Amino acid sequence: MNKIRMQLMLCGGTGCDSTGSERVREALLQEIQKQDLAGEVEIVVTGCNGFCAVGPVMVVQPEGIFYQKIKPEDAAELVEEHFLKGRPLKRLFYKEPGSKDIIPKMDDIPFFSSQMFRTMRNKGLIDPEVIDEYIARDGYFAVAKALTEMTPDGIVDEMLASGLRGRGGAGFPAGMKWKFAKQAQGDVKYVLCNADEGDPGAFMDRSILESDPHAVLEGMIIAAKAINAHKGYIYCRSEYPLAVKRLDIAISQAKAYGLLGEDILGSGFDFDIEVYQGAGAFVCGEETALMRSIEGKRGMPRPRPPFPAHKGLWEKPTILNNVETLANVPQIILKGGEWYASVGTETSKGTKVFALSGDVNNIGLVEIPMGTSLRTLVYDIGGGVPKKRKFKAVQLGGPSGGCVPEDYLDTPIDYEAIAKVGAIMGSGGAIVMDNRTCMVDMARYFMDFIQDESCGKCTPCREGTKQMLTILENICKGKGRPGDIERLQELAHVVGRSSLCGLGQTASNPVLSTLRYFREEYEAHIEQKECPAKICPDLVHFEVVPDLCKRCGLCFKDCPSDAITWKKKEVAVIDKDKCIKCMSCYDRCKFDAIL
Amino acid sequence: MKTNTHPHHPDITGEMWTRMDEIIANGKGQPGSLITVLRECQEVVGYLPSELLSHISHGLVLPTSQVFGVATFYSFFSLTPKGRHIVRVCTGTACYVKGIKEAMGRIDTTFDLKEGETTEDRRFTLEGVRCLGACGLAPVMVVDKDIYGDVTSNKVINILEKYE
Ligand SMILES: Cc1cc2nc3c(=O)[nH]c(=O)nc-3n(C[C@H](O)[C@H](O)[C@H](O)COP(=O)(O)O)c2cc1C
Ligand code: FES
Repeated sequence: MNKIRMQLMLCGGTGCDSTGSERVREALLQEIQKQDLAGEVEIVVTGCNGFCAVGPVMVVQPEGIFYQKIKPEDAAELVEEHFLKGRPLKRLFYKEPGSKDIIPKMDDIPFFSSQMFRTMRNKGLIDPEVIDEYIARDGYFAVAKALTEMTPDGIVDEMLASGLRGRGGAGFPAGMKWKFAKQAQGDVKYVLCNADEGDPGAFMDRSILESDPHAVLEGMIIAAKAINAHKGYIYCRSEYPLAVKRLDIAISQAKAYGLLGEDILGSGFDFDIEVYQGAGAFVCGEETALMRSIEGKRGMPRPRPPFPAHKGLWEKPTILNNVETLANVPQIILKGGEWYASVGTETSKGTKVFALSGDVNNIGLVEIPMGTSLRTLVYDIGGGVPKKRKFKAVQLGGPSGGCVPEDYLDTPIDYEAIAKVGAIMGSGGAIVMDNRTCMVDMARYFMDFIQDESCGKCTPCREGTKQMLTILENICKGKGRPGDIERLQELAHVVGRSSLCGLGQTASNPVLSTLRYFREEYEAHIEQKECPAKICPDLVHFEVVPDLCKRCGLCFKDCPSDAITWKKKEVAVIDKDKCIKCMSCYDRCKFDAIL
Repeated sequence: MKTNTHPHHPDITGEMWTRMDEIIANGKGQPGSLITVLRECQEVVGYLPSELLSHISHGLVLPTSQVFGVATFYSFFSLTPKGRHIVRVCTGTACYVKGIKEAMGRIDTTFDLKEGETTEDRRFTLEGVRCLGACGLAPVMVVDKDIYGDVTSNKVINILEKYE
């Protein structure tokens, strides 16, 4: 038998999968067999590599060569040139958008070089469906250490020393939560993992589950040992079928290896994990609602206290942690809390994963040390805003968060610093918006989401968000009235203070933060009946500016409703009665001649 | 358990009832099994007609109000039939910023189809979903199992025309 000399780490994450990585795999396999390289070159389908923007991507190990935008047609040349003759294929290398530099190695690409991989240390390096590959990267060593060498107090102390704060949004110190649950009286306790990932612009947890599911299981086992629980549940969104599948595989493999189930590693400790699929309700990400949902009921929150650490699932002491929080635990146990805390700021330790998307060049999954500035995130890693447009704001924390404009981009990523500028760290959704985004419309979008997802149990949230939505809708339709801004502010305060759970308590953040930084946009909508970003359909009327029109006819070709008349070498004209305001022409015009 | 008779329903065959009876029997007496039973039954029939919900409540010995309450609370469950093709447009933030709203507008003007609705000929059901985790391709649309990226308002109709 030959020895494998090359591994092709082909990304099989959702992004690359949808750009065709499976077809690339088939084509590569065929070529490898054709060239008789099957014994030497191996294809490994990994979880999300992170750099979804240029997918499908593949990293060739051990060299670390990074290929982007691979097509099935490239397979023959790639296999022959690189894997047979040893000449890496330049035309599939990464090209830096600004300087046009060609960068062959993954580690040298700016998108990766400013990052620090801890939570995602295995991303793109292992096949998530093979437990041995995880074990080969020190997997389950932390469980062995926690179960055989450490006391529950020792585990909690290590967690406290790490300073790790909950990555699900609220940022509560994980060690404290574990300590309370450990002290709580009761023979039956539970460890839950929150994989509901409700922020509608975020996919970090999904990627972690898909690319490194064992890390989460390991974190849960360690948590169970710390509080003496024997049963755990992972509450996973039903929209994530691949994550559920990988978790099921991981659980059965761990059981087969004696790493889960009875008498784990001969330590006498029992712990079992079950995956529970949610059924599509944002509020179920809230801890008490999530527990009701596992009990098979309508997922409605209840007042706290009592806190879940005392009365949680089926009224038993319970800890609930987010996927990313738990995925950090094994390394903290293995390398020590102090090691973990060596990176970060005074109050925010370690690294944070962000799902960077929107109007930014390098869309993808990013892990950076706490304390990194938002500017580094958007410009150095994200590569800035595409199409030569201008940056307007970055939205953090989704429907519970807020936006940060240009002037505050030097804010470090730190729970307190971000809160100070009116946003929240959130779970890691970071959406970049360019100058063609209407901030009133964004506030309306999030309010629509919240209003739709409000469970209806408490009045301030149910009715208050509805009122706020109506006001915002009216403003966007040009029916805003003087005093609307003040009414929004007043409602925001009432809803924020009197709602039962975090959903209502934070629902007004997107409104308040857009009001704080973009009040003039609200005023333009209300007073001049204008949408400066030209997004709100009722407030825009499309017209061709003759002086700017280059007579190319692109707008004419794209118009779905025959509202544009154009002949060769003539300026296009838009018929306002036929125009359905679909924006096609506006988006299409390269000369900004349509206003 | 075998003796219980099944209500008549045009969309549910005898074989479906048999499969669902197994699902219900597995869930019976298990605390917290309701959501799982509903999910699995919906997989069998495609949706949850109210006759089926009553049947489930008998089978699991749970109040009908609780079964209806849960089935209507979660957006995953549908009490009305779906179209032949399920069109899921991503209404997540990234896709919103990149213009999914315009694409949905085109779907509406062309097929008279809004989010949450099914066309009269049952050709399409349009569902809004939040973040499919493919924001790199935003705006994103999934038709049955096929993912489409960069679905701008001028491309969306061409894509849908392919599904009969
Ligand atoms: C409305 C609402 C939705 C939430 N959604 C999520 C979610 O999708 N994922 C998550 O991990 N935490 C979510 N949370 C936070 C959880 O309630 C909880 O604080 C968290 O899972 C605890 O884990 P952590 O301490 O590790 O962050 C949500 C909270 C609220 C109020
Ligand atoms: S927002 Fe649409 S895929 Fe993420």
